[in-house]
Amino acid sequence: MGSVYRARDLHFPNVVKLVAVKEMVNTAPDPLVRKTIVQNFEREANILATLNHSAIPRIYDYFSESDRSYLVLEYIHGKDLEAVISDTGGFLPEEQVLTWGILLCDVLSFLHNHKPDPIIFRDMKPSNVMVDHNGEIKLVDFGIAKTFQSGQKGTMIGTEGYSPPEQYRGEATPVADLYALGATLHHALSRRDPRMEPPFSFAERPLRKINPAVSAEVEAVVSKALEYNPEDRFSSASDMKDALLAAAHKTGILSKVSTTSISKGNGIKPLWTFKCEDEIRGTPLNYKNTIYIGCYDNNLYAINAADGKFLWKYPTEGGIVSKPSAYEDNIYFGSEDNRMYVVSARSGKVVWTYFTDGPVRSSVRIAEGHIFVGSDDQYLHAVNLNTGRLAWKFETSDPVRSTPFVANELVYVGNEMGDFLAIDFRGNLKWRFRAKRAITSSPTTSGHMIIFSSLDSTLYALDHRNGFIIWRFRLGKGSISSPYVSDDMVFVGAADGFIYAVEARTAKEVWRFRTEHQVSSSPVVYKDSLYCGSVDGYLYCLEYRTGRLRWKFGTEGQIVGSPLVYDDIVYVGSTDHQVYALLA
Amino acid sequence: MEFFRKLFGGRAAPITETVTTAPLTDQQIQSILYSKNVQFDLQQLVAASGQSVGKQRELNEDSLFALTTTLAGNSGSLPLGLYIIADGMGGHQYGEVASNAAIRTVAGHIMRKFQPYLFSLKPTPPEESLQEIMQAAVKEAQKTIQNEAPSSGTTLTAALVLGQQVTIAHVGDSRAYNIYSEGRIEVITRDHSLVKRLEELGHISADEAENYPHRNVLYRALGQGEILEPDIFTVAFPQTGYLMLCSDGLWGVVAEQDMHRMIKDAPTLQRACQNLVEAANAAGGPDNISVIIAQLIG
Repeated sequence: MGSVYRARDLHFPNVVKLVAVKEMVNTAPDPLVRKTIVQNFEREANILATLNHSAIPRIYDYFSESDRSYLVLEYIHGKDLEAVISDTGGFLPEEQVLTWGILLCDVLSFLHNHKPDPIIFRDMKPSNVMVDHNGEIKLVDFGIAKTFQSGQKGTMIGTEGYSPPEQYRGEATPVADLYALGATLHHALSRRDPRMEPPFSFAERPLRKINPAVSAEVEAVVSKALEYNPEDRFSSASDMKDALLAAAHKTGILSKVSTTSISKGNGIKPLWTFKCEDEIRGTPLNYKNTIYIGCYDNNLYAINAADGKFLWKYPTEGGIVSKPSAYEDNIYFGSEDNRMYVVSARSGKVVWTYFTDGPVRSSVRIAEGHIFVGSDDQYLHAVNLNTGRLAWKFETSDPVRSTPFVANELVYVGNEMGDFLAIDFRGNLKWRFRAKRAITSSPTTSGHMIIFSSLDSTLYALDHRNGFIIWRFRLGKGSISSPYVSDDMVFVGAADGFIYAVEARTAKEVWRFRTEHQVSSSPVVYKDSLYCGSVDGYLYCLEYRTGRLRWKFGTEGQIVGSPLVYDDIVYVGSTDHQVYALLA
Repeated sequence: MEFFRKLFGGRAAPITETVTTAPLTDQQIQSILYSKNVQFDLQQLVAASGQSVGKQRELNEDSLFALTTTLAGNSGSLPLGLYIIADGMGGHQYGEVASNAAIRTVAGHIMRKFQPYLFSLKPTPPEESLQEIMQAAVKEAQKTIQNEAPSSGTTLTAALVLGQQVTIAHVGDSRAYNIYSEGRIEVITRDHSLVKRLEELGHISADEAENYPHRNVLYRALGQGEILEPDIFTVAFPQTGYLMLCSDGLWGVVAEQDMHRMIKDAPTLQRACQNLVEAANAAGGPDNISVIIAQLIG
């Protein structure tokens, strides 16, 4: 633990001579520990004092003062490579990284050929490389050079992610430094920090897959430096330098062509389309080979799932934005005319209606002989499925647009104030959780967790029994997209335009996929694909384990509702007034 | 005496034979336990632990923390348990300093977060998630170790039980197991050891791993490196089974099936811990041994 100060050398009163003073505070309470630390510090000073190379900072002095030790070093105007990588918006230019690689090979070669004994640097990584204002590089922090002892239990010196396998076993050789240099170059070219990945996993992250601008030649050199077996790597720093030079020479004449371009995708022909009178913002339902979907033209449509032929429509007096539900040959849905309707699936004739005091934008949930539905009248309504009579309603003090979820004998629902409620079947509050902004999305479960997203830019996982937060996952912007759980992964869209895949156990991001506009649609997984719409007008089909794009299909409007996949066919509505049926 | 005997109804003199009383034997306890088939209508979390320096070391570099309680609230009470094992790295001096610091800091951080819920009535759950609390606790421990024993290291496996969920924070090669009553035993943590990583990469087989010369080398440990990525995850508590935490002094020498049998056959959790420690010592006791077993009854 220590700091580095910029200081002025007062031996030269007439000029400003800047030096770097590296301070190490010895906070260890144990005297033996303290002694070891001071010895390490002095070792660094002694190594540096004997070295004379333009890429190694010169040492002027060292001293200890009570519990602090100091090294006085050449001051370097610039910043370290780790900061350079993270401060650069996109990828660093390949030529630039290549130049640094060649310079680093030079200085490693100098250290490895040191007489009488070679010096192994042992901690090559971006934060130990300073880039000065002239673009020259300096190797800093010789704190652990040469201190390696092999064979001891638990020994680990170096930095996880950059160190080669043999270094964990206590074998440090010049080739180990070359591995770490390979890891450093990989980090600089890919922007992927190896400390965040499992050790020795570079082969799983080929450079050109992450940064297609990298040439095949440079990728080959970096891969060779990162070979698992030391004997498969470059045998010396000068060999690696030659390889980098050769790559630089080749790529200088190679014109770089980006090879990745994704087909615009509208080669895909829908099986059928169906045109309504107004925007479609709802989600379709498939029930007995019929597609039911609500529309802003106030109608609920019944369409033949096989050929898209119109069967019937039922007119309400308001827009329909939710997803219908089916139960025993009846279709249940809410409308912005404040009512919930029950119509016959076959004939489209109304069976009964139920009034609330506000637009119904929540979808209907049928469970335990009841219909649960939210309304902008701020209530969660529980209605008897057979009689159509109110069993109870629960006041939430803000509109309820989230679709209730029923599990573990509780009804879970969010409201526009950001309250998340767990209510038992008698209509009593079991527990309550408050997000910072509206919860419009509909909850789902995974194991013992209840998962939902909020406009406060967070995906929440709560303990379903007591509302304790198990994890939170930060989204780029707010979300009204309902999460979907499959295979221990949670998928959700957000207003930042991304579709996210998060591990349900750890809340770690698995992948994210960028669309061109906000994602209000809720993702759906079918077989090994994920389907999701975006306000950019496209329906996306992604490989759900990796987030790789399989295809996308453009509509003339926005897709804000969610797709439905049934029998290898995807159904989705768009604000271009159309319902599309596509081969999944 | 005669007077009183007459007064209270002339009973026979008490039998004066000597009756020896003794604590119940294990068999007796066992038979009582099994005949009663312990059941509570509310869920009870119970735990026990065991430790030994082993047979070949002079110093105990393992540290252990176990706390079991109930979080009482208006809408019912929740079992709350915090169990931690840390194994200081012997290759670095002061392994015990590191493991002690880890236990103190992690337990302190977590218990401070729960203090408002343990001793007063708070209507809302904490704003931080359980996983964030664990993450912050590990981060704080990392700092403490770097201050108190720089360049030393320790493993850390911490399990926070709340209700029926277990949230684990894990670094290194101590382990947490789910042990199910039907005999399945499952490691729920992943060793951050070189040998395990080589096995994952397919460079060595499971058999080779058993005899790998550098079995104890870790690639990730608390106190080491500037960025620390602990594994943090939440799983369901093994209902009708056990949650077990232990250091490699146990799992390195006692086979999984033997562990399961010993726990199942023991009359009490305490005895199970003791038997496991003894088994590790009987197998040579090459390293410090620490074990915690927790069970959710009801």
